[in-house]
Amino acid sequence: MRHLLDTRTLAREDALQILDIAEDMADAQSRQVRKLPTLLGKTVVNLFFEDSTRTRISFEAAAKRLSADVINFAAKGSSVSKGESLKDTAQTLEAIGADAVVVRHPASGAPRTLATSGWISAGVVNAGDGTHEHPTQALLDAYTMRKRRFGADSRGRDLSGVRVVIVGDVLHSRVARSNVWLLATLGAEVTLVTPPTLIPQDVTAWPARVLYDLDTALAEEPDAVMMLRIQLERMHAAFFPSEREYARHWGLDAARLRRLPEDTIVMHPGPMNRGLEISSDAADSARSTVLEQVANGVSVRMAALYMLLAGERSEPVRTGTGSGTEEFQMNRGDR
Amino acid sequence: MSARIVLQEADIRRALTRIAHEILESNRGAEDLVLLGIPTRGVPLAERLALLITEIAQTAVPVGSLDVTLFRDDLAKHPTRSPHRTDIPAGGIDGKTVVLVDDVLFSGRSIRAALDALQSIGRPAVVRLAILVDRGHRELPIRPDFVGKNIPSSRAERVFVRLTDDDGEEFVSIEGGDE
Repeated sequence: MRHLLDTRTLAREDALQILDIAEDMADAQSRQVRKLPTLLGKTVVNLFFEDSTRTRISFEAAAKRLSADVINFAAKGSSVSKGESLKDTAQTLEAIGADAVVVRHPASGAPRTLATSGWISAGVVNAGDGTHEHPTQALLDAYTMRKRRFGADSRGRDLSGVRVVIVGDVLHSRVARSNVWLLATLGAEVTLVTPPTLIPQDVTAWPARVLYDLDTALAEEPDAVMMLRIQLERMHAAFFPSEREYARHWGLDAARLRRLPEDTIVMHPGPMNRGLEISSDAADSARSTVLEQVANGVSVRMAALYMLLAGERSEPVRTGTGSGTEEFQMNRGDR
Repeated sequence: MSARIVLQEADIRRALTRIAHEILESNRGAEDLVLLGIPTRGVPLAERLALLITEIAQTAVPVGSLDVTLFRDDLAKHPTRSPHRTDIPAGGIDGKTVVLVDDVLFSGRSIRAALDALQSIGRPAVVRLAILVDRGHRELPIRPDFVGKNIPSSRAERVFVRLTDDDGEEFVSIEGGDE
């Protein structure tokens, strides 16, 4: 695997391989010495154009536990705020010798541009781009569901027959998009529950069912309920009348929690708006996997970095600073 | 391309029985022994050795597996390898006599990785190495303590170990390198 850009194009075998390797990484995390020498000498750059503490820390922990060197690059306070383009930033990272770039960007598609432009030869991991995808979040969610369902016997299994309800602002959610594609690939049945104003236009092309009423969806006794964060920073228009009304119709409150079957898990990608999309009763209950998701995130990201960096590169290894070499070869071809 | 069988099923059985006796002799009994097989074919070999030792010494010997993939220094020379399961017996390895078990000893790099992997799990009192086939060509200062059979080979040849548990047939053969 060269890059991890989305789950839409992620093959079932690759997804299962990442989840299985994550099991091995989780095992390694339970030993006396948690650090592995696997990526010694590799450099991973966390390139974050959007604020994110959790995802960046998770990637940083993952890279460090595999002995890679980590460079954190936050766009605030960097040359990006002086107007440096993505291309220039990328080429700087190439010159530094980055083997992998973990990128979060407000523009959908920025990681793909970075991966396919020829500016850099490093492997690219999408850590969230605009309203497009957040593949490692979906992988850690799938890992969490699988672990809760099969325990120590998880290796090699997919999510056939698992029924998942995703609730909230699907329109702006890259987490929802990545989950829909990955869960469908792994055989799960996905139901989206969302206010009518927060449904994407192209949703009919997604491998998921859409409902507007949360109570109807919960009455079907799903295996997992995933509450999406209401991204208050993206609520520029009147998508719903008030926060209180949203909580009443689409929030997972104590009463709804009580009606769920005993073994239904409650998931949230964090950070939570307690009292808005999820009540404290739900967030702190034994069914909540919120903290497991965080812990599993490190294992899954270790697996992703391992897939990208440990093996032989599938495409030619760089022999200098990427683009320069290509030009050189083209010139020779011309002669 | 020629293949010749160097160990038959009965030879493998005799070699393992002898190694079981040798392990007990050098350890003066089965006390504090832990056998760890290196995946993939070291694992069934370790399990068989444990059964034999249990039979001979009338004491159950803990047996597990130790995957070394994440500790290898040659990962970049191969397509991405999926790690295997590491399964350490409940008593752990601290203060124990750990016998690493593998099918073929060649460069010695797997064993170097195994020693690193052990270090992340605990601190054994002694580490020994039991090997079904030693084919030479070491690249590191590593030598086995218990050997089923020494098979001098050329680098161009390949040694195949087939075990009933994994493959449904059982023999050791050596192939290629006959130009």
